[in-house]
Amino acid sequence: MAGFDKVVPDYAAAMAGLEDGMSVIAGGFGLCGIPEGLIAQIKRMGTTGLTVYSNNCGVDGFGLGILLEDRQVKKMVSSYVGENKLFEQQLLAGELEVELTPQGTLAEKMRAGGAGIPAFFTATGYGTPVGEGKESRCFNGVNCILEDAITADFSIVKAWKADRYGNAIYRHTAQNFNPMAATAGKITVMEVEEIVEPGELDPTGIHTPGIYVDRLIQGTFEKRIEQRTISASGGA
Amino acid sequence: MSLSREQMASRVARELKDGYYVNLGIGIPTLVANYIPQGVEVMLQSENGLLGMGPFPTEETIDADMINAGKQTVTAITGASIFSSAESFAMIRGGHVDLTVLGAFEVDVNGDIASWMIPGKLIKGMGGAMDLVASAENIIVIMTHADKHGNSKLLEKCTLPLTGAGCIKQIMTDLAWLTVEDGAFVLRETAPGISIDEIRAKTAGKLIVPDDVREMTFS
Repeated sequence: MAGFDKVVPDYAAAMAGLEDGMSVIAGGFGLCGIPEGLIAQIKRMGTTGLTVYSNNCGVDGFGLGILLEDRQVKKMVSSYVGENKLFEQQLLAGELEVELTPQGTLAEKMRAGGAGIPAFFTATGYGTPVGEGKESRCFNGVNCILEDAITADFSIVKAWKADRYGNAIYRHTAQNFNPMAATAGKITVMEVEEIVEPGELDPTGIHTPGIYVDRLIQGTFEKRIEQRTISASGGA
Repeated sequence: MSLSREQMASRVARELKDGYYVNLGIGIPTLVANYIPQGVEVMLQSENGLLGMGPFPTEETIDADMINAGKQTVTAITGASIFSSAESFAMIRGGHVDLTVLGAFEVDVNGDIASWMIPGKLIKGMGGAMDLVASAENIIVIMTHADKHGNSKLLEKCTLPLTGAGCIKQIMTDLAWLTVEDGAFVLRETAPGISIDEIRAKTAGKLIVPDDVREMTFS
């Protein structure tokens, strides 16, 4: 690796330094736009006691769900975890901790974390269990609660294409949490479908500037579909 | 007779105005998209980061990278835009989405809504529901008036953990169209053939019945 070239030779190098008890932010929404190869590498490494920030926890046998199989996750911070039986079992058995966080608040926590904003006020969750125990204030007649930003030891994100410097673009709704996740890791590892040379991507169209990306690897993706909905006629 | 899911959706669709950006929740709210009035153009927002959601794809056009907030494969209409989750909820929280339609377990006379958690049952999470109700000015709840045991879901005070406090102003049920004003439900329209007495009996919270209550019509 030299200069701004972020490309690493293999998955071991991509996730080097991840240790038991660390925190990981993962991009993705459901199974869409998830860093499949980086998740698989964490499973291979067998790292345990992880705190994982991600909107969802995959499904049984795929996505972040595979990290539950060997009980690698200590705590999950998510907005929705309803797709996963193993998750349910471990939660009910007290082997897994979950902190449910409203989806927009979770996105903003990552955005704030990456942007150096330690906390923010939001109306979301005021008067609900989410607001319990949190500082509240009224702004212009709207009751708000104080939410802390999120940063983590590692961020693992999935993009469509990136140049060697880590300038990246996402494809369709596989963007989701990835741009915020990319900013909030002490070490941000990006897995992409295609690595191109600097200059091949239009600088104006970059979603994630390379400054946020520490390590870059090209992967192959299964892109499993969670809800396959088809319309023969083209109507919903 | 109480309204079907389709009738509830079609009545709510009459609230859509030309040029509206609309977020439809999972379940009956999704059906509203099937009843957009003639001459009205709306753009559907899906909170995972899509403005301009189109119909489900065909076998030929299906794309794992193109899903909606229910994780279903969808398409994007001409003129759509796609963005991050933070951007998506900035639109929602910032009040830029004109109308939000979602389901609920309970609503009360103060506009409190409970829609995500039943204690004792497994808690799956709130997803984007708390963000959607927190800041939107214009929210319509679609739900049945009573549960399957006949217990009212329109209460003096919600019994389940809240999704949001003081945020609901309009409710579409299988019996009626109501607004929430000054600590009471106000009956605006009845479903065809449903008596005001029946609605009164199935509304546990304070109900005001103005003189000009209308009966809905369906073509």
